[in-house]
Amino acid sequence: MEQILANGLYLGAQYALIALGLTLIFSLMNVLNFAHGQMYVFGGFVTYTVVAQFGLPFIVGLIASAVVLAVMGALIEKFLFRPVIRKSKRDESTMLLAAGIAFFLDAVILLLFGEKQRGVPKIVNGVFNWDMRLIMPYDRILIAALAVALIVGFILFMQYSRTGRAMRALAQDRMAAQLMGVDVDRYSMIGFALGAMLAGLVGGLLVTITGINLGMGGPASVKAFLMIMIGGAGVISGAIAGGFILGMMESIGLTVLAAYGDVTYLAIFVTLMVFLSVRPQGLMGKPWG
Amino acid sequence: MSNPRILGIAAFLLAVFVLVPVFINLTGRWDFYYTLTSVALLSVAAAGVWLTFYIGRINIGQGAYALTGGYVSAILITQYGVSFWVTLPVAGLFCALVSVVIGLPILRLRGVYFAMVTLVLTEVARLTALALPVTNGAKGITSIPLPGELSLFGLTIIPDFATLENPKLAFYLMAAVLMVLTYLVLWRIVNSRLGHLCRSLQQNEELSASIGVNTAMLRVLSYAISSFFGGLAGAIFVAISQSIYPSSFVVQDSVNFMLYCFVGGLGSVFGPMLGTLLLYFGWDLLSIAKEYQLLIYSGTMIALMLVLPNGVLSLLDRKGGRK
Repeated sequence: MEQILANGLYLGAQYALIALGLTLIFSLMNVLNFAHGQMYVFGGFVTYTVVAQFGLPFIVGLIASAVVLAVMGALIEKFLFRPVIRKSKRDESTMLLAAGIAFFLDAVILLLFGEKQRGVPKIVNGVFNWDMRLIMPYDRILIAALAVALIVGFILFMQYSRTGRAMRALAQDRMAAQLMGVDVDRYSMIGFALGAMLAGLVGGLLVTITGINLGMGGPASVKAFLMIMIGGAGVISGAIAGGFILGMMESIGLTVLAAYGDVTYLAIFVTLMVFLSVRPQGLMGKPWG
Repeated sequence: MSNPRILGIAAFLLAVFVLVPVFINLTGRWDFYYTLTSVALLSVAAAGVWLTFYIGRINIGQGAYALTGGYVSAILITQYGVSFWVTLPVAGLFCALVSVVIGLPILRLRGVYFAMVTLVLTEVARLTALALPVTNGAKGITSIPLPGELSLFGLTIIPDFATLENPKLAFYLMAAVLMVLTYLVLWRIVNSRLGHLCRSLQQNEELSASIGVNTAMLRVLSYAISSFFGGLAGAIFVAISQSIYPSSFVVQDSVNFMLYCFVGGLGSVFGPMLGTLLLYFGWDLLSIAKEYQLLIYSGTMIALMLVLPNGVLSLLDRKGGRK
C-alpha cells in the first residue's frame, strides 16, 4: 500500500507539472495546445543533447531545455498564434494551428534528434528501501522533489510577482485586464513562454528516468488533457489536483486491475466520462470554460 | 437552383466518375485509385465532423466511430457470415445508437471540454477493442472476404468483388458514390429546417432554447448523424484493407478529420471534401520529399492557417462580396 501511494505521488508530481503548462496557456489565450506533448519531448531531447553529447552536468541541461522551450514558446505565440487569433472568425481555428505546430515539432525532432529512444545516465545511484515496504530509487525521489519544488515555485510566482498577478488578471477577464492597463500582448507571450518552459522542464526531468522518444508526444498530450479535464480547464489548482489524481489512479489501477489485463486506462476513461457527465466543468473549473 | 450551380455539380460528377478513371487508365498510376478511394471515404467521415461543427461543437472523436463501424462490419462478416452490404447500414446504425448513449451526457459539455472528451473517446475505443474478447485484441481481425454480390429479386446490382478483374476501380466507384450521397444528404440537411435550427445552436444555444428549440434533441440528432457517417466510412475501410486492428483508427486520425474540416473551411458544406483532398492527396504527393515530408506538410499547414485562417473556401466568400 505504501508503495502504491508513493508511486502515485511520484507520477502525480510530474503529471501536475505538465498539466500546469497546458492550463496556463489555455487560461490566458483560450488555446488548447495540441503541441504540448511535443514540446515536452523536445525539452527531453535538449537535455539529452547537452548532458549525453556535450558531457555537461545535468542541471545545465535542465536549464538549457527550459530556456530553449521558453524562447520557442514566445516565438510561437508572437508569430503564429497572435496573427491567427486576430484574423480568424472562430476561436477554434487555433486548434488547427496548434495541431499543425505539433506535426511541425514532430518533424523537427525527427530531423534533429532521430527516432531512437534516448536517455541520460542516472544522476544519483542507489535505492531507498524502507523495510521492503517501500522501495524507490533515489533518482526518482530526487526528480519528484524537484518537480514539487518547481510546482511550489510556480504557484509562488503566480501569486506574488507582478507578472504572475498580471497573468491571473488576464485569465479572469481579458477585457477588464486590458482596461486596467495590463499589456495583454506582452503577458500572453510571457504566459505562453512559461507554459512551454514547464513542458521543457518536465521533459528534462523525465529523460533521466524513462528516457525520451519521438512517439511520446501524442500520448503525453492526451494525458495532459485528461488532467485538466479532471481539475477544470484554466485553473491552476485544478491542474495540480488533476495531475495528482491521475497519477494516483494510474498507480492504484496498475496494481489492483493487473489481474484483468491492460485495462487501467480504460477504467480511468470510463470513470472520467461518468464524472464529467455529473460535473462538466471538472473539480474547480469555471462552468463552460 | 441556378444554372451555374447545376453546371458545377455536373462538372464535379463528370470529373469524379469519368475523368479520374480515364486519367488513371492513360497514365497507368493505379496507386492513385487507392489514394482517391481513401480521400472519398475520409471525406465521408469528415462530413460527420463538419456537422458537429455546425452545431458549435468541436468533434475530435470521429476515429472512435470509424473504428466501431469497422469492427461491427468485420465481426458480422467473419463470425456470422452476413453479407457486407447488409453490415454497411448496420455498422452505421450501431454507431449512431452508441453515439446517442454517449452523446446524451457529453453533449452537455461545450467548447474545449467537449473537444477533449471526444479526443479521449478515440482512445477509449482503441482500448476497448484491445480488451474485448470478440475483437480478438491486438491481433485484430484479418482475411475478411471481399464484398460479395448484391442482388435484388435475382437481378445483380453489384457483382461479387472477388470475381472482378479490377477491384480497385470498383472500390473507388463505391467510395465515390457514397461520398456523393453523403454530401447530398449533408447539403439537404443544411438547407432544411433542421439546418436552420442547427445554425441557431451554433450562434447561441440559450437563446434558441428560449424560443422553443429542443436543443438537447437536436444536438443528439446531429451527433448521431455524424457518427453514422463515421461508421459507414470505417466499415468500407475495413472491406478495402480486409483487416482491422485496434490501431486502425487512432487519435491522430480523429485529429486529422477535424483538420480536414478546418482547412476546407467551416462555412461551406463542401469544405471538408476539399480539405480532405488537399491534405490527404498533398501528403501522398509529398512522399517524394522523403524525410522532409512531414516538415513541408506541417509547414504548409501552418502557412495556410496564417494566410487563410477561415479555410480555403473562404476565398469564395471574398469574391462573392459580403455574406
